[in-house]
Amino acid sequence: MARVWMFGENVDTDQILPGRYAPYMTSEADLVKYPFIEARPEFAREVRRGDIIVAGKNFGCGSSREYAPRALYAVGIAAIIAPSFARIFYRNGITLGLPLFEADLTGVLRDGQEVELDLDAPAIRAEGRTYPLPPPPAWLREVWAEGGLIAYYLKHRRLPLEEGAR
Amino acid sequence: MAEAPTPQTLSEQILSHASGKRAMAGDLVIVRVDRCMSHDSLTPEVIDVLRETLKVEHIPDPDRLAVFIDHVAPAATVATANAQVKIRRWVEEQGIRLFHDAGVGVCHQVMIEEGLVAPGQVVFGLDSHSTAYGAVCAFGTGVGSRDMALTLATGYNWLRVPETIRVLVRGRFRPWVNPKDLSLYLCGLLGIDGATYQAVEFHGVEWLDLDGRETLASMTTELGAKAGLIPPVGLSGWEVPEWLGVQEGARYARTVEVDLDALPSQVAAPFSVENVAPAADFANVRVDQVFIGTCTNGRLSDLRSAARLLKGRKVARGVRLLIIPASHRVLQAAVADGTLATLLEAGATIGTPGCGPCIGRHMGVIGEGEVCFSTANRNFRGRMGSPDGLIYLGSPETAAATAVRGMITDPTAL
Ligand code: SF4
Repeated sequence: MARVWMFGENVDTDQILPGRYAPYMTSEADLVKYPFIEARPEFAREVRRGDIIVAGKNFGCGSSREYAPRALYAVGIAAIIAPSFARIFYRNGITLGLPLFEADLTGVLRDGQEVELDLDAPAIRAEGRTYPLPPPPAWLREVWAEGGLIAYYLKHRRLPLEEGAR
Repeated sequence: MAEAPTPQTLSEQILSHASGKRAMAGDLVIVRVDRCMSHDSLTPEVIDVLRETLKVEHIPDPDRLAVFIDHVAPAATVATANAQVKIRRWVEEQGIRLFHDAGVGVCHQVMIEEGLVAPGQVVFGLDSHSTAYGAVCAFGTGVGSRDMALTLATGYNWLRVPETIRVLVRGRFRPWVNPKDLSLYLCGLLGIDGATYQAVEFHGVEWLDLDGRETLASMTTELGAKAGLIPPVGLSGWEVPEWLGVQEGARYARTVEVDLDALPSQVAAPFSVENVAPAADFANVRVDQVFIGTCTNGRLSDLRSAARLLKGRKVARGVRLLIIPASHRVLQAAVADGTLATLLEAGATIGTPGCGPCIGRHMGVIGEGEVCFSTANRNFRGRMGSPDGLIYLGSPETAAATAVRGMITDPTAL
């Protein structure tokens, strides 16, 4: 089971990981201590591997700091579901292999609720109901399967779509 | 007779050129990346990914990458100093010639100042405000550290060709109103996700100088944009490829019209860049610090306008006016033409060219309950220091007027 961590709209990267707590200012090993350190101090303490974040629109807006999604990935967040994501955050999600789904579940799920996340046929199951998530394109599924774009590249020595796109 | 090809937006033209195939909005393309930019805050991560994960000992084309030490420059702590040692060693080892150490200035400013970007290029920056390069009609966009490492290892990367919002500008700025006011007005109008995944093109600004174009292009990031492009008309001294320019009939996702003759100075209130209203609406807000600088508004024209307002006046008691030129060249020019003397005479403190306290790491961070009026681009909670500090954003003119009064002041009211 996954616990739902509910957030509002426009969650910016300064909230996810303030610049002052960047690995540059502290250390890489401490990264897992700081997600939402000021906005929601209990998050880093209580989050468990497999939990999910459900948020309002424009999640991850602000700076390009990849350590923001990386910190969420490092503490074990299994997916983030929001009606929209800021573009660099979305792109970093693909690079890291962190599943991001564009869907609005803020009105139907509750903070702290225990739910089940299905990544194969993307959906959330909670209290006997199923909420489908938009299925990712085939190339993105491959990227997830390899554990992110870098891992994909290391294995295939090319980017997904490369034959088609080049 | 063959049918004429469908007209393209500036992004479609540039990404077609870079991918070698006709690319339209919505297409996924693999593009050659002409230039990469990386700075001290994230370069150590890139180095680790290149070395440890990608096993790239030497990047294939070191001349493609420009490296900057500007975010915490000079170093503020032992940790940042050590990270900078690591960067300098790596730069040396890789034979990277385009290295800009502490004091040279903010990455985006120097990239354009030194001509490290050019019209029609695709530029990846390890920084969200890489949209700034659209000032010279380059497709500049921000990416994360792993994305950057991959781009440096291969020379190319993927992009989804964005749809484009066209901003049709009419008229001219009123006295003391600046491109920053136009940018803030657009943030208020469209919202901070108003252009997510999209590009923004500004039409009707052929008359605008390079400094103003940089402000407009870099601030499109606050709309969530992927790129912000100014058509390359009226850009003197830049070589524009013949295939690049506005094409009649290109498809825009939407068009937004702005009448500059009716635009007063704007201010964004905490904690969002979309909380925008005319500066006059904030007339009773007291400030503790005024900060003029950053890649948004630390250029020579910004310092000059501030100096024109500050000439013969003094910074209000109890207010700190911190001015950080965007680059060493800007600082030198401001010394040469007397701008700096005027600013100092008014009571300003001058910092080392670079990002300054923009992201709350050093040189002027704010404390609990403090209010800062800043010419930067973001006022998120905690951005400049204490999460209990407040940041208001506006133009250098409004900042200068605010420093004199000690409360937010529309420059025309001074
Ligand atoms: S001045 Fe501020 S916004 Fe600009 S690059 Fe530096 S930290 Fe980023």
